[in-house]
Amino acid sequence: MRVSPGEQVTVKLSVNGIVHDVAVESRWLLSDVLRHQLGLTGTHVGCENGACGCCTVIVSGQPARACLLFAIQLEGAEIETVESLAAPDGELHPLQESFRRHHGLQCGFCTPGQLMNAKPLYRQAPEMPDCELRSALSGMICRCTGYQGIVDAVRDAARIEDEREDAK
Amino acid sequence: MPAPKDAIVKPPPFTYHRPATRFEVDELLGEYGADAKLLAGGQSLVPMLNMRQMSPAHVIDLGGLVGEPSVPVWRGAESTLWFGPLVRHVAVEKSRAVLEGAPLLSKAMDMVAHPPVRSRGTFVGAIAHADPASELPAVLVLLGGQVRVRSHNGIRTLAGQELYAGPFELTIAADEWIDEVRLPPGRRSDRFAIEEFTRRDADFAVCGVAATVREVGDVLVTALAFFGVGATPRRFELSAMSSDDITGGQLDLAVRELVAARLEPHDDIHATAAFRRHLAERLAVRAVRRAATSERSTE
Ligand SMILES: Cc1cc2nc3c(=O)[nH]c(=O)nc-3n(C[C@H](O)[C@H](O)[C@H](O)COP(=O)(O)OP(=O)(O)OC[C@H]3O[C@@H](n4cnc5c(N)ncnc54)[C@H](O)[C@@H]3O)c2cc1C
Ligand code: FES
Ligand code: FES
Repeated sequence: MRVSPGEQVTVKLSVNGIVHDVAVESRWLLSDVLRHQLGLTGTHVGCENGACGCCTVIVSGQPARACLLFAIQLEGAEIETVESLAAPDGELHPLQESFRRHHGLQCGFCTPGQLMNAKPLYRQAPEMPDCELRSALSGMICRCTGYQGIVDAVRDAARIEDEREDAK
Repeated sequence: MPAPKDAIVKPPPFTYHRPATRFEVDELLGEYGADAKLLAGGQSLVPMLNMRQMSPAHVIDLGGLVGEPSVPVWRGAESTLWFGPLVRHVAVEKSRAVLEGAPLLSKAMDMVAHPPVRSRGTFVGAIAHADPASELPAVLVLLGGQVRVRSHNGIRTLAGQELYAGPFELTIAADEWIDEVRLPPGRRSDRFAIEEFTRRDADFAVCGVAATVREVGDVLVTALAFFGVGATPRRFELSAMSSDDITGGQLDLAVRELVAARLEPHDDIHATAAFRRHLAERLAVRAVRRAATSERSTE
């Protein structure tokens, strides 16, 4: 495969369960394609060099920096963004609910990345030693909260989810 | 809905190639060599493109290579641990073969970046990136690993040490690339430790050191490789010591001498040269003591 500068090719991306055929140039970043081509502006962009974590989404089951992937690399990949979390009727995902309860956010700029980074691990979080949980969350910069609320939120999300299940 | 085109491009324009075989990579590099960059996990290359620190005319994505193993594997009569160009950090971190054959690498991998970077970054990419602050080239050199380098002209094997020319710089030619990294099987009695100082968990090290301790008769032979200090990773051996020397002051003296004679710590925004020298000494002493008193690795 060879794609010249400026040339557009169609890539099949599954985003939040919907398959899109997106025309992209080789140098277009996943973060920009999500935001500008697909209108999914929940994925935020901070540093564009991998350091801040705002743009973190889930790619094929694992968290990844959307600003460090070219969309063209991701033919056939399954991508989950923050838009996949809340239910269609607006009910918050337990992880989001937990962030709300524990003051895991203030301005909310880093929050989409925090949520997607935490999503694959929040079910194990209650059993994780504090240092391990903090290490798993350490790639994400938050300028507001001081982190304690985020750590508490991730640790408590599974309990909130179970509580909800029991109430049903 | 699409934004104006200019708003959505940051990396400079390049021609994108996705070869399916190693042979096609050889051909592409043979043709474009100095104007081309390989793309493995992209966790170091894409930041450099986004910041426009470089603008290669061609980017060759290794992600389309067919039949490449995604995990480290044992190979050959002497059971070398073999890493192909698509083995990601997360696969090294979880590998049983690595835990048994190169436990130092398992420990080092814990210190490499955060999960969303480990999920894409590759071991061979990190070896090739030659970041002096990275744990992985130091581990390669300390363990006596080798890299296999290839081009359309053929294949050759280098000792890890011979790969590095300077910070972010390799000795290999513009049309050459690395298709395998190999680590020799450790001896059962070898013991290891790795220590580093970072500004946040799992970030690049301000200074760090990996150590191996091997019993030779009734003395202990210690080797060290530093990262975050010095331009390229090098392996240093301390003169043989008894285990009392290691727990006592002899070790501190030997390390201080080594650091004074062989390392040239630099100043930067994270640390002064004097602080780096202090870290190099203290972390080395701590690493050697930890290694010497640790459980044997594979027992
Ligand atoms: C926030 C952040 C924190 C990080 N922290 C650490 C850390 O603490 N420790 C650490 O070690 N690393 C760290 N990294 C870097 C990470 O480990 C990278 O994944 C790694 O350095 C490069 O691997 P890659 O597969 O992503 O390579 P790429 O980014 O794709 O490539 C890196 C370079 O190597 C070249 N290259 C790639 N493959 C080959 C090959 N087979 N032959 C020849 N050249 C090749 C490329 O052309 C490029 O120049 C961090 C990265 C980020 C974004
Ligand atoms: S925007 Fe991707 S990590 Fe900061
Ligand atoms: S809530 Fe403001 S940056 Fe995290």
